[in-house]
Amino acid sequence: MSAAEEIVVEGQAVEAVPKRAMTLGTGTSLVVLAVLLLVPLVVKNFIIFQMTMLLIYGVAVLALNILTGGSGQFSLGQSAFYAIGAYTSAILMETFGVNYALTLPIAGIICFGAGFLFGQPALRLSGVYLALATFALATAMPQLLKLGYFEKWTGGVQGLVVEKPDAPFGLPMSQDMWLYYFTLVITVAIYVASINLLRSRSGRAFMAIRDNEIAASSMGVNVALYKTLAFGVSAGITGVAGALGAIAVQFVAPDSYTITLAISLFLGMVVGGVGWLPGSFVGSAFIIFVPNIAESVSKGLSGAVFGVLLFLVIFLVPHGARQVAIVGQQLAARLRR
Amino acid sequence: MELFTNQVLAGISTGAIYACMALAVVMIYQAIDHLNFAQGEMAMFSTFISWQLMQWGVPYWFAFVLTLGFSFIGGIAIERVLFKPLAKAPILTNVAGFIALYSIINSCAGLIWDFTIKQYPTPFGSSPFLGSQLISTHQAGMIGITLLMLLGLFFFFRYTRIGLAMRAAASVPESARLVGINTSWMIALGWGMAAAIGSVAGMMIAPVVFLEPNMMLGVLIYGFAAAVLGGLTSPFGAVIGGFLVGIFENLVGTYIPGVGNELKLPIALALIITVLVVKPAGLFGRPIVKRV
Repeated sequence: MSAAEEIVVEGQAVEAVPKRAMTLGTGTSLVVLAVLLLVPLVVKNFIIFQMTMLLIYGVAVLALNILTGGSGQFSLGQSAFYAIGAYTSAILMETFGVNYALTLPIAGIICFGAGFLFGQPALRLSGVYLALATFALATAMPQLLKLGYFEKWTGGVQGLVVEKPDAPFGLPMSQDMWLYYFTLVITVAIYVASINLLRSRSGRAFMAIRDNEIAASSMGVNVALYKTLAFGVSAGITGVAGALGAIAVQFVAPDSYTITLAISLFLGMVVGGVGWLPGSFVGSAFIIFVPNIAESVSKGLSGAVFGVLLFLVIFLVPHGARQVAIVGQQLAARLRR
Repeated sequence: MELFTNQVLAGISTGAIYACMALAVVMIYQAIDHLNFAQGEMAMFSTFISWQLMQWGVPYWFAFVLTLGFSFIGGIAIERVLFKPLAKAPILTNVAGFIALYSIINSCAGLIWDFTIKQYPTPFGSSPFLGSQLISTHQAGMIGITLLMLLGLFFFFRYTRIGLAMRAAASVPESARLVGINTSWMIALGWGMAAAIGSVAGMMIAPVVFLEPNMMLGVLIYGFAAAVLGGLTSPFGAVIGGFLVGIFENLVGTYIPGVGNELKLPIALALIITVLVVKPAGLFGRPIVKRV
């Protein structure tokens, strides 16, 4: 609209988070892990199931965090990769009789490939344009899954029912509890691997691209490769989360993986703090529990209550749970002194 | 050939809906540099207000003007109360704010006016336009109004002082502040105008898609797509983009076998992305030069 020549100093879409600020300290991490290990022994099965879902969504939010907080790219299409992971796992288990644990790496690899390929055209896009492209992917996915051609495998609109695995070696635990610990082990593995990834050479390349693409490329970072790689890794991890989700919910259907899921994951990332990996699990708790709380406050106005709560969070802590953690750390340091 | 012409005509008439919405999207993008996810819901809420006014016996055009004014003030109020405090927050936090606003407006409208589908009157009538079965007088009127709005906006931005100030505030905020433009209020004004344009879009669309709290969801997606296709920096591009998306969508549905209603949207979006990959700033947008 303006006639003046626009020369814009590239605004940062994502603020720079230093590597060290991306994780919790070792002591805190161990305490959290201990709590996660012990709580299921004392609570009911339904709560164990909810905790499993919390971990699964947490992994999916973590994947988005690597993409956005790490490499500075934006995605509203995570639900598509989640769906691919879930369907891969369900089809392998139900049609081909593969063991559930083995379906996870396969789902991860397939989603990594899908993400890497999708990253290629997405390379030319950034900001809102990238958001639109990923958004298109998310809206297309449920429709593609419903297509008649694939109905033999996907079960069409009805979806597929997945059997819940029993605890192995005759361990005396309920299916829910076994699945929880199984999920916990995989979550911890992915979490540790993600931290190591971001601390590695590749992680530094991601962050260099996030902070300044032009400078990064002049330092010799292969921008195209690392951007697509970030997409691939993020999609792969999301795929594993999707596969776990399919096993936990015991059901996959096209309408479980709409754009709403992608938006939830995005909200989880913002609430948890962009670029702060432990925050992913705080964000995941937000997207699982807050809609329920909103529903219990008022049935008719649950959407409004949810919106108000979300506004409260972003007004009080615009940087999400990370901000809370930093304030907490400073308080602790002051007390020690 | 006749099928082709008819489908193009039908495409243009649905395209007018998208063009309306895209215009509102571009307006707010110009003012605040974000895509507002709650835009459609704001338009829906305005449309409900005009419907309520008409239920109370206010004549159409009077209700139209009242709603326009209400939306303008409402848009400014939303910016002042909710988004001004977030101006310094990260962009992604702002996007979360839009989603929250969406959820609040949608839920409130559902509570006040419930989710049943309502008829919405048209001032243009719905008889066939110039003897064509595919395009009704309402749709012709809608296209007319869209073009009129575009023209009005063009004159506003090109020839008025305040339009110039808004352009300045959007493109180089620092320099604009130095010459004494209140950039913060320009943003609020942008919100107000976008809300008003959105309300016109809503009132034009409602007779076609019927009035209900979720009526804008699909329209907004196409509106975004149209705006991005035309180039987010160009209101003219947005309108053209809207018509193009409408035509795309109809032709895809007619000529590619096996494409039901369900696959129309993904295919239209895929086409748009293909265009964007070739021309990343949209068809009419200016590429932005970046400095390190």
